[in-house]
Amino acid sequence: MTTFWTIWISVITLGSIAGSYYLLRWALSNKTGVKEGESMGHEYDGIIEINNQLPRWWTIMFYITIVWGLAYLALYPGLGAYKGLLGWQSSNQTILSLEESEAALKASIESGALIQYDREIKFANEKFDPIFAEYAKVDVETLATNPEHKEALKVGQRLFIQNCAQCHGSDARGQNGGFPNLTDNDWLYGGSGAKIVETLQRGRNAVMPAWIDAFGEEGIKEVVEYTLSLSGRQVNQALASKGKTRFMACAACHGMDGKGNQMMGAPNLTDNIWLYGGSKRAVTETLTYGRNGVMPAFNKTLGDDKIHVVASYIYSLSNK
Amino acid sequence: MKNPHELIEKNVGLLTVLILFAIALGAMAQITPLMFQQQTMEPVKGLTPYTALQMEGRDIYIREGCVGCHSQMIRPFRAETERYGHYSVAGESVWERPFLWGSKRTGPDLARVGNRYSDEWHRVHLLNPRNVVPESNMPGYPWLAENILDGELIEKKLSLFRDFGVPYTDEDIAGAKAAVAGKTEMEALIAYLQSLGTHLK
Ligand code: HEC
Ligand code: HEC
Ligand code: HEC
Repeated sequence: MTTFWTIWISVITLGSIAGSYYLLRWALSNKTGVKEGESMGHEYDGIIEINNQLPRWWTIMFYITIVWGLAYLALYPGLGAYKGLLGWQSSNQTILSLEESEAALKASIESGALIQYDREIKFANEKFDPIFAEYAKVDVETLATNPEHKEALKVGQRLFIQNCAQCHGSDARGQNGGFPNLTDNDWLYGGSGAKIVETLQRGRNAVMPAWIDAFGEEGIKEVVEYTLSLSGRQVNQALASKGKTRFMACAACHGMDGKGNQMMGAPNLTDNIWLYGGSKRAVTETLTYGRNGVMPAFNKTLGDDKIHVVASYIYSLSNK
Repeated sequence: MKNPHELIEKNVGLLTVLILFAIALGAMAQITPLMFQQQTMEPVKGLTPYTALQMEGRDIYIREGCVGCHSQMIRPFRAETERYGHYSVAGESVWERPFLWGSKRTGPDLARVGNRYSDEWHRVHLLNPRNVVPESNMPGYPWLAENILDGELIEKKLSLFRDFGVPYTDEDIAGAKAAVAGKTEMEALIAYLQSLGTHLK
């Protein structure tokens, strides 16, 4: 803040306080021309206005607020560029990038400056970092299954509810519309600890192309019949067998046998577990318009240590 | 002399003027300097103006009253930053007119909701929030998917913001109508939501 504004603020603020003080002093002296304790000359319904001093307790409170205000302005930043005797600051509000923010946080933790938010982070780090560091030493599979680490799974569940439940449901059973069930051991991308961590770190972008242009409506009908037959459903055999030849186009991702491919996140079509629903209508929609399921990346939001703990929680759900 | 205070007590006009003066002192010390402060005028390094589509989305956000239930202001407390991400800084709001910081959180803060969910999640959620969050009490906005934007006013909107100091180029403004015409309000709103908080890099 420039000197001009510092002076501007200081003059108005301190001037107002001084003004309040003089107003109080002025109001304390008797200027009514009536003696203390005597009637001011009004009476309504038997109620008489008496000329009384301002109450003592009230006057003292007023003085205290003035002293309080001045002390506050001395200790905390209230007068323009003046930083206050304590050097207190709520946060690093002038940063212009995350990089600058990290540097400022680090600098203030090292120097012990009284920046409220940075202090809070410092204390939290001292308390929680060692705990997460312990968890990080244990691999996902062990953390998930060893009863010793029950606490870690509770932390994982918390993080899940906060960050993941909106899509996967609070019980992690997924919901229609492409949000997979994470408790059923049917994995799009693989259910090992490492694969789950990879899913969380990088996010996943599924590409299931649209086929309406290639096949036309008739063609889609045929492939839908064949696809449904893969999971043992009753279908129109004539259509399905035509669809089977078309399924060549799908094999690159879903495999010749339709059992899926975890490299591509192409789901197993033979297990009657559906991301987007298994009705004829839903599968027709999938094939006509394609699907693009997006699992966001959490590397920035959560960071390595927390991802490790959530991944363990996810792993525990299907490996009891 | 009679009590000089009587002059104020019995003269409402004078009382009003003096009250306004007292309030003005507070405003002059607290508000006026902020308008000229570097910190409130300097954009964060990654700040880009809203695209035409995002700008339309922002107006829909205002029209539908989302700001009544959602704040866009992450305060510098760990309890907030753990949930929402880095606290909001002034440099992110320099081109916001009016700002949509809000003051009520029936739903979560949205200051950094950009890129947290997929477009598809937002679409399903806005149609009927209970499709993805069974406990939600947020209203559904199904008409957004049906209303088509014509982009009649978008050029005017962008050039107005340019007058406010947002660096739109002539091409931005010339291409604005084509960029939004035919899109649904849903697409515009989602484009806006996906941009929120992504500029602090
Ligand atoms: C915006 C909604 C959304 C959020 C939030 C979300 N996910 Fe996902 N997640 C998805 C979608 C959609 C998929 C499926 C991706 C696909 O279609 O290939 C997925 C896939 C996954 C998979 C891979 C499943 C498999 O079968 O291989 C895991 C594991 C997972 N999510 C865990 C999480 C965790 C843990 C979180 C929270 C930290 C989370 N997700 C947050 C939408 C979301
Ligand atoms: C480029 C690889 C690719 C090709 C080719 C492909 N798919 Fe897919 N398919 C996917 C992926 C990835 C998904 C998962 C989409 C998602 O999660 O959003 C998927 C999803 C599906 C689903 C939805 C499954 C469910 O659980 O709801 C069906 C049905 C399907 N594919 C059938 C087919 C058929 C039939 C063909 C051939 C005409 C085909 N796919 C070709 C990659 C492919
Ligand atoms: C009556 C209050 C209310 C109104 C109005 C409202 N919301 Fe919500 N919103 C909520 C609540 C409660 C939640 C949390 C539950 C949920 O996810 O649905 C929420 C959640 C959200 C989320 C997910 C945030 C997160 O981090 O999980 C988004 C995005 C959102 N709302 C956008 C909007 C938009 C855009 C509008 C205006 C079109 C709007 N909301 C209007 C109450 C409201």
